[in-house]
Amino acid sequence: MTEVFQFGVEPITCHAWNKERTKLALSLNDNEVNIYSRQPGTGDWVLEHTLSGHDLRVTGVDWAPNTNRIVTCSADRNAYVWCQDESGKWSPTLVLLRINRAATCVRWSPQENKFAVGSGARLISVCYFEQENNWWVSKHIKKPIRSTITTLDWHPNNILLAAGSSDFKVRIFSAWIKDIEPKPSATSWGAKMPLGQLMTEFSNSTGGGGWVHGVSFSCDGNRVCWVGHDSSVSVADASREMAKTQLKTPHLPFTAVTWISKNTLLAAGHGCCPMVYAVEDSGKLTFVSKLDVAQKKEASSLSAMRKFKSLDRTARTDSSDTTLATLHQNTITGIQILKGDKAGATSVSTCGSDSYLILWNFKDLPDTIADELLCHPITAWMAEPRTQSLEESIAELKLA
Amino acid sequence: MTPVVVSRNEKERVLIEPSINSLRVSIAIKQADDIERILCHKFMRFLMMRADNFIILRRKPVEGYNISFLITNFHTEQMYKHKLVDFVIHFMEEIDKEISEMKLAVNARARECALEYLKRF
Repeated sequence: MTEVFQFGVEPITCHAWNKERTKLALSLNDNEVNIYSRQPGTGDWVLEHTLSGHDLRVTGVDWAPNTNRIVTCSADRNAYVWCQDESGKWSPTLVLLRINRAATCVRWSPQENKFAVGSGARLISVCYFEQENNWWVSKHIKKPIRSTITTLDWHPNNILLAAGSSDFKVRIFSAWIKDIEPKPSATSWGAKMPLGQLMTEFSNSTGGGGWVHGVSFSCDGNRVCWVGHDSSVSVADASREMAKTQLKTPHLPFTAVTWISKNTLLAAGHGCCPMVYAVEDSGKLTFVSKLDVAQKKEASSLSAMRKFKSLDRTARTDSSDTTLATLHQNTITGIQILKGDKAGATSVSTCGSDSYLILWNFKDLPDTIADELLCHPITAWMAEPRTQSLEESIAELKLA
Repeated sequence: MTPVVVSRNEKERVLIEPSINSLRVSIAIKQADDIERILCHKFMRFLMMRADNFIILRRKPVEGYNISFLITNFHTEQMYKHKLVDFVIHFMEEIDKEISEMKLAVNARARECALEYLKRF
């Protein structure tokens, strides 16, 4: 079932899960990060800890699953790594980011030995722990970034980093720290990988107006997808000579995107509804289904005249609707995979500016959505249990 | 980002200037003659003096336009996006009507005054 939780009235700017998915770190658009844990019986969220160390709004949070560390970054240009001691208390360690603008996003690398922070200072800080000095230091990737880094994602090989920025570009950088890591082996993105090496660059739109809001590497690391402010979804494939395919959608722009299988994408944003896109082997992108059924309100006795008048004036049939038909009532700001991984997720969570956190379970979607997903060969896996039950029911019928 | 101008003609136009966390919408209202110009100026002044109550209204319009709205990320966090759009559209629809109604009222009053005055002769 789709579960909806509300954490007040303030927007949720970002959220992250622990490894067991029992605890949740989220920031309610202020300078603190709250850690909630779920009560086993009631399923309610109980505030466990408040991480307060930042002076300004927290812009990014990420939870390293295996080492159980939280990294937060904020508009006060700082990042903290939070570690939990035996008594359960979280204590911060300052990271030397050396930036003069707000930090915007942060991501742990897959091996959790370093993380990357994007910022408005037109650079990416790749941070790692320096043993001899006992602190987190950073190395900068500067060129050729020309605007704020808005989003980051790590390649599964722990070396490459995809960065989307507001200069309409998606860039793949090498973030190899030679002090702490062995020499990386060649990937489909290139062979030479010194720190800051620009492996490749993709333009979101040639006509301008396409800030990149979300970027994600696929599970095998050969594909990268991103969403832009021109309402587009794009995929680039390194194994096919960096072929880029773009789909301009009729919806409002997306702010977040993630892979939920080898060739399925989930994107969400200003339209308040997560949407499933399928990527064919040729790279072609197709829209499959929304994850949220618009609940049709009971049609009131509206005269035809009034109906068309209101359609003409406000593009809606009912002028008195204040709430949206979707579950989220405002922009979705983030997507996290709850169960599974990028190779095959069965459940995701989305947070939004409406202070809602919604858990979407693919195994229990409404019939209309499951039917749409089944119709497409690429996304049929999302509704698979249903096909079995259908076959079973046919078998039962035959038996009868 | 590149600003967009949506215009019906030289006089009636809307300038939309987007940025990463805000949006400015400036409206130039049709002013066919002097009366409309005065009415528009006074009415906009009246509204803009009370800009705080309108939340998204600016105290000064962009040059070349009569009224400006600034919608920031804070507004979209607090208010429904589609209702904000409705408000701006509704405002644009009503403002022309409002001004032409006022113009009619002024003209009617002027005629009445002239009638009363000329009765003496």
